[in-house]
Amino acid sequence: MFAALTPEEWAALELSLKVATVATLASLPAGLAVACLLARGRFPGRSVLDALVHLPLILPPVVTGYLLLLAFGRKGPVGAWLEAHFGLVFSFRWTGAALAAAVMGFPLMVRAIRLSIEAVDRRLEQAAGTLGAGRILTFLLVTLPLALPGILAGSVLAFAKAMGEFGATITFVANIPGETQTLPTAIYTFTQVPGGDAAAMRLVLISVAVSVLALVLSEWLARGLRRRMD
Amino acid sequence: MLEIDIRHRVGALNLAVSLRAEGPVTALFGRSGAGKTTLLNLIAGLAAPDSGRIALDATVLFDRRKGIDVPSRRRRIGYVFQDARLFPHLTVKQNLLFGRWLARLPLSDRAVEQVLVLLDLAPLLARRPAHLSGGEKQRVALGRALLASPRLLLMDEPLASLDAERKAEILAHLEAVRDEIGIPILYVSHSREEVRRLAHEVALIERGQLAAFGPAATLLPRLPEGEA
Repeated sequence: MFAALTPEEWAALELSLKVATVATLASLPAGLAVACLLARGRFPGRSVLDALVHLPLILPPVVTGYLLLLAFGRKGPVGAWLEAHFGLVFSFRWTGAALAAAVMGFPLMVRAIRLSIEAVDRRLEQAAGTLGAGRILTFLLVTLPLALPGILAGSVLAFAKAMGEFGATITFVANIPGETQTLPTAIYTFTQVPGGDAAAMRLVLISVAVSVLALVLSEWLARGLRRRMD
Repeated sequence: MLEIDIRHRVGALNLAVSLRAEGPVTALFGRSGAGKTTLLNLIAGLAAPDSGRIALDATVLFDRRKGIDVPSRRRRIGYVFQDARLFPHLTVKQNLLFGRWLARLPLSDRAVEQVLVLLDLAPLLARRPAHLSGGEKQRVALGRALLASPRLLLMDEPLASLDAERKAEILAHLEAVRDEIGIPILYVSHSREEVRRLAHEVALIERGQLAAFGPAATLLPRLPEGEA
């Protein structure tokens, strides 16, 4: 089946994997930090942060994509600043697709990590304290390892969301073959042209295969983690 | 020597205790709900009393008026919880050395060897807490606290969740620890038998108040019969 892929289809698959991987890894540190803040923090504006994180889940993806374009486009305030200082351009580049995917997957990632941190027994953290561990060491040595299955689950969810992201991506970075055309936007393109059915079907099957593979892999890793604890 | 003079209100409990524990083993005796565990948590620094002062030897750990509150991690007070609280993701060996590693003490020396022998921990080292019996868990928890080299050991009914046979076994281990490792112990219990075997002095706590305090030998006959 893979041998039958055209260069354009290969490019879409490769790009999707790259975009989803970069989006997941790059948002993981921020996702962890926000999840910790929401799980354990008591500060003013906590519910505002909570709402803000969930926004991409509720807004129409097209709206999220358009807002990204306004903020991170070359003339947008954030986009212009990033280009001037770091030479980083998002609009109509694969980096923009990764940003859109990261933003769309962020609420899913934060939610899974937050739940797993909230499930960690605080009494174990107290025990670590009496053994001489401060807050940071307690987090690194006790909380984080115990929350690892949830961090893994959150990452897989974010990866799957990134693989399937369509609305925000096409609005923010369009659908340029070889640059911003991911699997979903490529499938969409093939459904719009006469005789594209076979190509669309090939990419659909690949999408399904990648998603199932990611799920199986995470299940296998999670089982390994659980085995270590019981 | 542990000096406590605190007042603390939590829920329906009105805790007001003032005593100087000389040890080496001081038992806190009383019914469940009398405030014994709360008192241990205040000494360990897991909670701060509403008012008062706690000092261990020459070190002030807490003083509301002077604004002193040494954080739990710097008090060097070992705590053996009723429910062991071993870290489930670590092996017994990693659990045992957790506090010792944080304190930057040698990880294999005579002190470690002594604790392993005293508590018969060597056969358990490679296991994870999920594969330990209740008695084994408490032995590991005790070893973990001891190996951090604390200045005081708090024990919150470490035998409460064990059957009679395990109780006797751990009790023997506790006596060995008391006699061979010179760390003062504050031992919470509602069992006269444990107090008789282990303690030098007894503080009787009733509904948050210190009802009696004195040498175990004189106080023991006056203690109310506990549940076990």
